[in-house]
Amino acid sequence: MKAFAALLDRLVYTPSRNAKLRLLADYFRRTPDPDRGWALAALTGSLNFPNAKAGAIRELAREQTDEVLFALSYDYVGDLAETTALLWQTQGDAEPPGLADVVETLRQAGRTEVRGLVAGWLDGLDATGRWALLKLITGGLRIGVSARLARVALGQAFDTAVEEIEEIWHAVDPPYGALFAWLADGAGKPDVAGRPTFRPFMLAHPLEERADLDPADWLVEWKWDGIRVQLAARGGERRLYSRTGDDISGAFPDVLAAMDFDGVLDGELLVRDPASPDSSDPGSADPASFNALQQRLNRKTVSKKMLAAHPAYVVAYDILFDGAADLRVLTLEDRRGRLEAFVARHDHPDIELSALLDAPDWESVAALQAEARRLGREGLMLKRRDSLYEPGRKTGLWFKWKRDPLTADAVLMYAQRGHGRRSSFYSDYTFGVWRGGELVPVGKAYFGFTDAELAQLDKWVRNHTVNRFGPVREVEKRLVFEVAFDSIHTSPRHKSGLAMRFPRIARIRWDKPAAEADRIEALEAMV
Amino acid sequence: MAGLRPEDWLKATERGLWCAPADLYIDPVRAVERAVVTHGHADHARPGNGRVLATPETLAIMQARYGDAAARQAQPLAYGETLDLGGVTVRLVPAGHVLGSAQVVLEHGGQRIVVSGDYKRRRDPTCPAFEPVACDVFVTEATFALPVFRHPDDAGEIASLLASVALFPERAHLVGAYGLGKAQRTIRLIREAGWDRPLYLHGALQALCDLYEAHGIDLGPLEPAAGRDRAAFAGEIVLAPPGSLSDRWSRRLPDPVTAMASGWMRVRQRAKQRGVELPLIISDHADWDELTATLEEVGAPEVWVTHGREEALVHWAARRGIRARALSLIGREDEDE
Ligand SMILES: [Zn+2]
Repeated sequence: MKAFAALLDRLVYTPSRNAKLRLLADYFRRTPDPDRGWALAALTGSLNFPNAKAGAIRELAREQTDEVLFALSYDYVGDLAETTALLWQTQGDAEPPGLADVVETLRQAGRTEVRGLVAGWLDGLDATGRWALLKLITGGLRIGVSARLARVALGQAFDTAVEEIEEIWHAVDPPYGALFAWLADGAGKPDVAGRPTFRPFMLAHPLEERADLDPADWLVEWKWDGIRVQLAARGGERRLYSRTGDDISGAFPDVLAAMDFDGVLDGELLVRDPASPDSSDPGSADPASFNALQQRLNRKTVSKKMLAAHPAYVVAYDILFDGAADLRVLTLEDRRGRLEAFVARHDHPDIELSALLDAPDWESVAALQAEARRLGREGLMLKRRDSLYEPGRKTGLWFKWKRDPLTADAVLMYAQRGHGRRSSFYSDYTFGVWRGGELVPVGKAYFGFTDAELAQLDKWVRNHTVNRFGPVREVEKRLVFEVAFDSIHTSPRHKSGLAMRFPRIARIRWDKPAAEADRIEALEAMV
Repeated sequence: MAGLRPEDWLKATERGLWCAPADLYIDPVRAVERAVVTHGHADHARPGNGRVLATPETLAIMQARYGDAAARQAQPLAYGETLDLGGVTVRLVPAGHVLGSAQVVLEHGGQRIVVSGDYKRRRDPTCPAFEPVACDVFVTEATFALPVFRHPDDAGEIASLLASVALFPERAHLVGAYGLGKAQRTIRLIREAGWDRPLYLHGALQALCDLYEAHGIDLGPLEPAAGRDRAAFAGEIVLAPPGSLSDRWSRRLPDPVTAMASGWMRVRQRAKQRGVELPLIISDHADWDELTATLEEVGAPEVWVTHGREEALVHWAARRGIRARALSLIGREDEDE
């Protein structure tokens, strides 16, 4: 438990991704089984203890001191688990519990036993250990580590490509004995045949130079404005995976219901707009906006009402498995034939085929790209006809050509210190546009400028500060940014009522007077 | 003197605690004719006073910081020596806070009042340990007077610093430490953990480190951080005042791991606010257990609480039958310790 607590403690304060990976990899290498497996389960959100409730912790905390001192302490610290960890008065000299003991015991424990068990463990730990224990059992680690990051670290720890780990991830269970035996001890790779595990996606590079591409070598299709998903059905089990390999099946029972097949597809998850005039013919209707899709994301479960308001469906791009046959070794052209046959055979209205676009020359490709925004597409995909399905981003095989961004001139309002390497720079910028005579914030950006420009901006912020709030400075409303963004949508959570998607600083307009920046009406017209 | 009450001869005034019969202010916040200064931290030792009574070490620190403005006339009083001022006997006793730090023991009319200044109870290799003195009134600080503050063993904190240096050998480790006391104690603790490489110093720390060395505290090899190649800091430990941690000064270091040695690091929200990546809980103030143990040890039936989280300590004392009240002196803020 001590090593796990030290890891969590360090991760909480570490902003940089690389440093997090180093800490995690170091832990996975040094820690024996099954502790490291349980730690991996905790980090990837695969553990929960339904019988351990925050209420029990609150009771334990209150017994540590009188009401006045508890209230003053809780008020000062602001977090119940942390307050409890710090207030705890150790009784006797108990042995510190091991992580595996804690997890295995707690999984068996009944509701009435939890309190006594936890109290005993708290006695054996120091303040950091107590904090980690309480975070672990109440399930709220919140240490800025995604399941994907934990897997990348695992790959780094044992010199294994993360794609290889992802392939078997959904077929292994905590505390991952078989996984670590393979990674650390040279045992065989766990067998996943017959299971609907995640297969790493093939990804595209942004299209920068197109002059020397011959259109005849490429298949062109829309890049749909949804989220990339993988549909895996094998041996009677069905799973829907996100691009990061997270299992999102629980949020999309409608898609799962449509997966009455045996195979693995790559596609785009979209939602329909039931109010749209041509919704009676699902095949020809355009999907609802990305904003509508967002209502369905990041949910563990979904209500009937939500299913009816934003029904989900999939546009299929590619096929990885047809039954047990691994098609990733075929060329795209051959896979496309298999995909068309598969979708036709399956014949379900919620699994559509992504149409191939007719683009015999560059003029027609460019014309399609120019149409993307009007049609609500994110852009174009260009894929080499002879490309095999290879995990990751392989050079020269697949390209994405996004629609041109929208731009607006906005005024810098606040600047905040960055993290890690940028902690001495004011590098996160909040900007706004005019509503009447007042500026309202419309977005925040922290990239799009060079290091030299960052140094200039930092200096400008320091010289034009009018107010300080901790790490944030309010500045004189004088500097204009040309902000580029992919799209803008309404958002009740923002004061301006608008939120930008993927904003970045396109240009710093040192020359432009703030009064000539855009007005809110101009942005509202872009929604 | 029948009927003499402690508050008749030691009063909280706008300028600070004032001992009336001796016309003596303790750590005055504004300039006065006669002052006794408990220790060299800026919120206790201010420039511009007339006659200043303090330990020789504290006077040396004031001289280093303020030059001629330290005092019109410095009056050294070593630990244990006594001085009579208008019928009040004054004595200074080690407080264990920083080099030269003292409690002020005042005796008058058969009563004894001890003003703690800032203090701690755990071992500090850079100054003599706190000596408890039995008294009628104990005037205590309360910087960390909440039961959530229980400082861990400082060797463990240094071990986590050195473990991090081993894990990130290509980065510098930048440790924020208050310039008087914390910096030198942290350096000593790093030396005790076996680190004998040079430590690199922000320019603002140099003078006080020299002063500690002149008082016989061996800090090992120290080098200025200025004028050195960025790459030369990889795998090294650099110390700077807390205010320089995320300032432009730190850009000379290669992707530094920002650490901070302070009792405030115990609470995550406070450590995060400071943008600290490696909090080191090392404090020069008593934690909750030290404060309450000290109150029991000195056995004073009456306790005055000066600065910090007075409410909690007053509450604790009252429940043990000690008459306790908060003095709420002005000009005392949480020390950036
Ligand atoms: Zn002090």
